[in-house]
Amino acid sequence: MKQSINLYILVMALTTYLIRVLPLTLIRREIKNKTLRSFLYYVPYVTLSVMTFPAMLEATGSIYSGAAAMAVGIVLAWIGVGLFPVAVSSCIVVFLLELFLI
Amino acid sequence: MQPKSNRLWFAQGIRDGIPIALGYLAVSFTLGIAARNAGFNPWQAFFVSLTNNASAGEYAGFTLIAAGASYLQVALITLITNARYLLMSCSLSQKLSPDTPMIHRLLVAYDVTDEIFGISIAVAGKLNPFYNYGAMAVALPGWAVGTYLGVMMGNILPARVVSALSVGLFGMFLAIIIPPARKSKVILTLVVISMVMSYLCGVIPFLAQISTGMRTILLTVVISLIAAILFPHEEEPQEVSHEAIH
Repeated sequence: MKQSINLYILVMALTTYLIRVLPLTLIRREIKNKTLRSFLYYVPYVTLSVMTFPAMLEATGSIYSGAAAMAVGIVLAWIGVGLFPVAVSSCIVVFLLELFLI
Repeated sequence: MQPKSNRLWFAQGIRDGIPIALGYLAVSFTLGIAARNAGFNPWQAFFVSLTNNASAGEYAGFTLIAAGASYLQVALITLITNARYLLMSCSLSQKLSPDTPMIHRLLVAYDVTDEIFGISIAVAGKLNPFYNYGAMAVALPGWAVGTYLGVMMGNILPARVVSALSVGLFGMFLAIIIPPARKSKVILTLVVISMVMSYLCGVIPFLAQISTGMRTILLTVVISLIAAILFPHEEEPQEVSHEAIH
């Protein structure tokens, strides 16, 4: 059992590293193709958006606290508050709201 | 402006990596619980997190291992749930200077995650690998230690605290996507469309059967591709988007 779990660990580690390392080592030059460049530029914003909503609402004990955390996060990020304060504020909103909601 | 030294970039990476590490610590804690269910001891779970640093990928892996899956199945699910890193690495390859030595490419690739990628693309101009090393130096231990503790302590933390901590990462995502969306109508539109589509794909009967990881991949490719064709991105002067991250 122990041995096979260690093999699982190896399989997961290798697969994940290959996914990350191949593009970074194989693509040595700047991509000239404008569509491809634009595509790669847009990818992160789309991915993070897709992963945030509706998952953020489902992550908490109540959909309302999740929604409130998201609203607060958006407003704070919009007015230029940094990474960490936005993240912490979201957590605090959930904690406080759930004192009443749950 | 003078170019920053490697040491300064490393320090900057640590600074930006600390909120990520804290978020990781909380999230990977719950990951540890999944690892325990799959029969992992704390150190084994620690090493999975140290070598993968991937939330959805590890979670899916643990779930499959718990169900007695084959190595090939585990490799496949890891591939699918982490496929977005392939896109992110492609994107990062453009952010590195073309003459970046191989060793730096190999090392930067070690820890391409949603969050580290997020702060990396937010850097103005070309990416100095030492920035990533700084971020990794705190983020990797945060993730691995959190997983370890999760296996150890299981469900000791009150549900209320876990619930509150679980939005931390999403808050961070928002802090990455919202400031550029404020400045660019195209990105704002993309963010809104992506969220709406993500929601719809989760509720429309046939589409809802697609796994979350697969849904993320498909939506990312389709929406980004359409946007790239309709709104080719103009190269802007270096410091486009990011005073918001510091």
